[in-house]
Amino acid sequence: MQRIVDALLFPLLAVVSAFLVGAVIVLLVGDNPIRVYEIFFASAFGTVDGISYTLFYATPLICTGLAVAIAFRCGLLNIGAEGQLIIAAFAAAWVGFTLDTSKWLVIPLCMIAAIVAGGIWGGIPGLLKARFGSHEVINTIMMNFIAVGIVSYFTQYYYRLPGDPILQTKPIVEQAHIPRMNAILAPLGIDFPAWLPLNLGFVIAIIACVVVYVFLWKTKWGYELRAVGVNPSAAEYGGINVSRSIVIAMCLSGALAGLVGINEVLGYRYRYYDGFSAGYGFTGIAVALLGRNHPLGIFLAAILFGSLVRGGLFINIFSDRVSKDLVVVLQAIIILFVACEAFFSFLQKPSTGGKS
Amino acid sequence: MINATDIINLSLIGSTIRLATPLILAAIGGLYSERAGIINIALEGIMLSGAFTGAAIAAKTGSPWLGLIAALLAGLAVALVHAVACIKYRADQVVIGTAINILFLGVPALFSKAFFGSSGSTPQLEIEQRLPNFLIYIAFLIVPFTYFVLFYTRFGLRLRMVGESPEAADTGGVNVEKMRYMAVLISGLLAAAAGAYLAIGQNSLFTRNMTAGRGYIALAALILGNWHPVKTLLACLFFGLAEAISIRMQGVVDIPNQFIQMVPYILTMIVLAGFIGRVHPPKAIGQPYVKERR
Repeated sequence: MQRIVDALLFPLLAVVSAFLVGAVIVLLVGDNPIRVYEIFFASAFGTVDGISYTLFYATPLICTGLAVAIAFRCGLLNIGAEGQLIIAAFAAAWVGFTLDTSKWLVIPLCMIAAIVAGGIWGGIPGLLKARFGSHEVINTIMMNFIAVGIVSYFTQYYYRLPGDPILQTKPIVEQAHIPRMNAILAPLGIDFPAWLPLNLGFVIAIIACVVVYVFLWKTKWGYELRAVGVNPSAAEYGGINVSRSIVIAMCLSGALAGLVGINEVLGYRYRYYDGFSAGYGFTGIAVALLGRNHPLGIFLAAILFGSLVRGGLFINIFSDRVSKDLVVVLQAIIILFVACEAFFSFLQKPSTGGKS
Repeated sequence: MINATDIINLSLIGSTIRLATPLILAAIGGLYSERAGIINIALEGIMLSGAFTGAAIAAKTGSPWLGLIAALLAGLAVALVHAVACIKYRADQVVIGTAINILFLGVPALFSKAFFGSSGSTPQLEIEQRLPNFLIYIAFLIVPFTYFVLFYTRFGLRLRMVGESPEAADTGGVNVEKMRYMAVLISGLLAAAAGAYLAIGQNSLFTRNMTAGRGYIALAALILGNWHPVKTLLACLFFGLAEAISIRMQGVVDIPNQFIQMVPYILTMIVLAGFIGRVHPPKAIGQPYVKERR
C-alpha cells in the first residue's frame, strides 16, 4: 500500500503544482483559470466524443512514453523519439502507397515497416553509444533534424501528388486502412460513432504497454537491460553484455516510437503528412517521467496529456486570451517539477538513516 | 547556366558572419556552462526567450535597447531556473534543458495571443527600430575574451576545475555551487543576446520557433570545437557558411536544400563517433556535485 501511495504522490504533486503555475500564467494573460480548466476537462471527459478524442490523442503519447521509458530503464535518454516516429510514419506510408495487394498482406507489412524503420533510427544512436561511446542525447537530437530533412525531401520531390499545395505524400491504398473503433466494437454489439478517429492504433498501444511490462520484468533481456540502467559497471562485472543491452534498448525504443506511425498513417490520415507530429516525441519524455517509466503510469499520464490536447483545441475557440499553447507550457512545467523531485523533499518524513 | 561566382563571392563572407553571429554567442554561452560541468541543452529555449522578450519589449516601447535589456533579463531568469533545478535540486540536466526548450515553444505563442492578438509573432518593427550591428562585434570579441578568461585568469582556472574535478576544486577552497551558478547565468546572458540578435537585429519581429534549431547547432559547434573557444568559433563560422550557401542556392541550383541543412548534424555525429579527432568533454559534465559532509 505504501508503495502505491509513494508511486502516486510525487506525480500528483507535480501535476497539481504545474496546474497552479499554469493558473498564475492564465491570470497573467488575463483570463479566469477556473473557467479555463473547466473548459479543458469538460471538453476532454464530458462526453463520449470527448473521451474518445482524448484516447485518440493519448495513443501516440502512450507509444512515445513507452519509447522514452524503455531507454530510461537502461540509463539512456532518448530525445529522438520525434525523429524515429517521423521516419516510421513515412515508411508505413511508403509501403501503403507502393504495395497494392490484399489487406491481409499490406497491413502487416505497413506495420512492420513502421516498427523496423523506427527501430533502425533508434538503433543507430544505440550502436554509436555502444561502439564509440558517443552520447545518445546529442546523437538523437541530431537525428531528429536529419529525419525531418530526409522525409521532407522524399515527400517534396518524389511522392507528392502533382499540384498538391500541401507537403504530403499521395494516399495509401484503401486496403491498408486499419479499422476504426466502430468497426472493432460493432461485432461486440456496441454502437460507436463511425466518424470518431479512435482506431486499432489505440488497441496496439495498450498491447504495447503489456508487452513492455512483460519484457522488462519477466524476461532475461529485460532484466539485463534494467541492470545496466541501475549500474552499468556492476552489470558488466556480473557478466551482462552492456553494449548489447544498450543497442537492444534503443532499437526497442525506436520501434515503440514507430507505433505512432501506425495510428497516424494507417488509422487516421491515410498518407504521410509533413509536420503531423505535434511534438509527440518530446511529450513522450513528460509522459515517461510522470508515469515513472512504468507502463501503467505511462498509460495514465498519456491520457492526462491527451485530455490536455483535446482541451487545448477548445480553449483556442472559447478564449480570446489563452491559446492551446497553454498545453505545451503545462507539459514543460510538469517535466520541471517531476525532474526536481527534491523540490518536494520538505514533505518527506525525516530520513532515519538507513533504507526504511 | 549559373556561375560558381553567383554562389561564392565576397558578399558570401558578409552573410556567413551575420548568420554565424547568433551561433557564436550561444555556443560561447554554452561553453561557460559546460566547462563548469552543467550540460546546457536549454540554449535553444533561452534563445527563444531572449528573441521573444526582445521583440515584444522593442515593439511596445519602440526602443531596441530596452528590448535588448529585457531579453538579457529574460535569459538570466531562464538560466536561473536551469541552474536552480540542476544545482540545488540535482535534477537531470538534459531533462531540465529539454523542459525549458519545450516551455519556450509555448510561452511566446501564449503571450503573443494575449498581448498582440497574434498566433505566435510580435508586431513588425520599423527598420530604424532594429538593433545596430554591434552584437556582431561583441560575438567576435567575446571569443578572444573567453579564451583569455578561461586560460589566463583565476576565474577561468576555477571554472575549468569545477567542471573537471569538483572534489579537487572543493578541497582547494573553491565554492563549486557558486561557480556553477555564475557559469550558467553567463550562458543565459549570451544565449539570450543571440536570440535578441535574431529577432531585433537580423529581423524585425519574433516569429514562432524562429530559432529553428540554432540552439542545437550552437551545441553541435561546441562539441565540434571540443569546448575550446577558438575551435568553437571556427565550427560556428563553418555552420554559418553552410547556411549562407544553402540560402543562396535556393531556387538557383537544383540541389535539395534539405541536404545542405543536414550537414552540421551529420558532421557532429561523425565527430562524436571519433572519426575526426577525439572529443574531450569536461570530465564532470552532467554530474551534480554533492558536498561531502564529515
